[in-house]
Amino acid sequence: MITKKDVEYVAALARLEFSEDEKEELTKTLGDILEYAKKLSDVDTSSVQPTAHILPVNNVFREDRVEPSLGRDRVLENAPDKSKGCFRVPRVI
Amino acid sequence: MIHYLTAHRLAEMMGKGEISAREVVGLHLERIEELDQHLGAYITVEKDRALASAREADEKRRRGEKLSPLSGIPMALKDNICTEGIPTTCASKILENFIPPYSADVYERLQRAGCVLIGKANLDEFAMGSSTENSAFKITRNPWDEKRVPGGSSGGSAAAVAAGMAVFALGSDTGGSIRQPSAMCGVVGMKPTYGRVSRYGLVAFASSLDQIGPITRDVRDCALVLNHICGHDRRDSTSVDVEVPDFEKGLEQGIKGMRIGIPSEYFGEGIDRGVKERVQEAIKVLENLGAVCDEVSLPHTEYALPAYYIISSAEASSNLARYDGIRYGRRAEGYSDLVDMFVRTRSDGFGREVKRRIMLGTYALSSGYYDAYYKKAQQVRTLIKEDFDRVFEGCDIIVGPTTPTVAFRAGEKTDDPLQMYLSDVYTIPVNIAGLPALSVPCGFSEGLPVGLQFIGKPFAESTLLRAAYAYEQSTGFHKMHPQAKEASRDEI
Repeated sequence: MITKKDVEYVAALARLEFSEDEKEELTKTLGDILEYAKKLSDVDTSSVQPTAHILPVNNVFREDRVEPSLGRDRVLENAPDKSKGCFRVPRVI
Repeated sequence: MIHYLTAHRLAEMMGKGEISAREVVGLHLERIEELDQHLGAYITVEKDRALASAREADEKRRRGEKLSPLSGIPMALKDNICTEGIPTTCASKILENFIPPYSADVYERLQRAGCVLIGKANLDEFAMGSSTENSAFKITRNPWDEKRVPGGSSGGSAAAVAAGMAVFALGSDTGGSIRQPSAMCGVVGMKPTYGRVSRYGLVAFASSLDQIGPITRDVRDCALVLNHICGHDRRDSTSVDVEVPDFEKGLEQGIKGMRIGIPSEYFGEGIDRGVKERVQEAIKVLENLGAVCDEVSLPHTEYALPAYYIISSAEASSNLARYDGIRYGRRAEGYSDLVDMFVRTRSDGFGREVKRRIMLGTYALSSGYYDAYYKKAQQVRTLIKEDFDRVFEGCDIIVGPTTPTVAFRAGEKTDDPLQMYLSDVYTIPVNIAGLPALSVPCGFSEGLPVGLQFIGKPFAESTLLRAAYAYEQSTGFHKMHPQAKEASRDEI
């Protein structure tokens, strides 16, 4: 039900790459898990609302007030590459 | 033995001047030095910092300051809980060098209570797993039998408490990750109601399911720790603004007349005989204490596991998209352009199970499959929640096994993800419904601890604690501890 091609397609979406062996393993294990998940189709849910979240909470608002946040140096502390107070990334354009 | 004392007992002793925080912390550090190279419960041990906070706690006591009962008590935090200035790795290569610039709400609260952070505990990478074997750094051994896993994903936290290397620990529970390892290591573990404890600073796995909770040596300690970690936090929009009771109050009220539901679905295929027998004996104990136990049905139980793996993996695939090698975490080398940098960073930085879940979640959310998997799983989630609602109309709590088996052997399930997932079959429905639940030790099978699970109505942690306390006090399994066997070390 899931093919190596599916695995390659989903990997591209998830920004992951796999060796040929890994692709084979994933085709099998994802296939097993999805086969197991098919069990869900036994349940009649035609008139059931989906639950995304268990709490009866919708939007949580607060005043739009400026408050102290982390300084730039602290934010950049963990960056693998930085320059002049910015995150540095490979050229995009 | 000091290292097996509870927080409330130690607080009493420190109050009377029989022992200092410095001594308590020092003894636990010695214990870690002696045992942990082998047990592997900790990723980071904060020796100097712990001794300094212990001295501070003693100093405050000398000055006569008002102290919380947890002052000077050494604790472990699961290494997916952010601690400012202390590495927080999630047991992943991708966060190996990450030092958070801020602390989780729970850590701030426990610091205010005077707790001493002794170390950061091992886990399955990003809390994805049931055996702590998915850690990128080390495996954790079960202190009761070192050839067995401690359960997971909070396996380091549970093993540390069980082996006397921390008085209590915090774990996180997305599908059973506090209760399952607590059961397998013979300690008390609770997942509070979703929204009870702030998730601010907990590295996200599946945001609609994750919840932080205590792992302790007895039920009273569980109540004490809960007293200090609950409460509204506006930095987590799912944190609920409800009153936090004193969870210690009412512990001793007993359970005469309490109505307990026993779900028949939790005793079906897949449960070990020894586990089943211990749990049935425990139900007898609860009846002798005056509870009224009746069989109930949670008919959608068998669908909880597949629904969980779709929902949690979908949320994980979205949450883990942030690991891009730009703002924090590891960046791979040798890339040709931006997309190649993402791909190499993520493929190299994440372990096998994490990648499998990202793939599963991405697939379930992808165009053409969304309705069949993700929406379907969310609809089944509604039905599972309604099962619990219905049962709770007729009873106060639900009692059953925490896990279908005792701790399994290391390596036994690593190549079969489905078998591994099945070890969470009784804990997962609780996360799906957002309910509170805790596991207490209820005896042994094959010489290994068995856990008894108490499940409650939303925000009814006090009722759960009262029932668990009554059970614990009449049995005493919480007073049994593993032998740290010098001899067995050579065998492995």
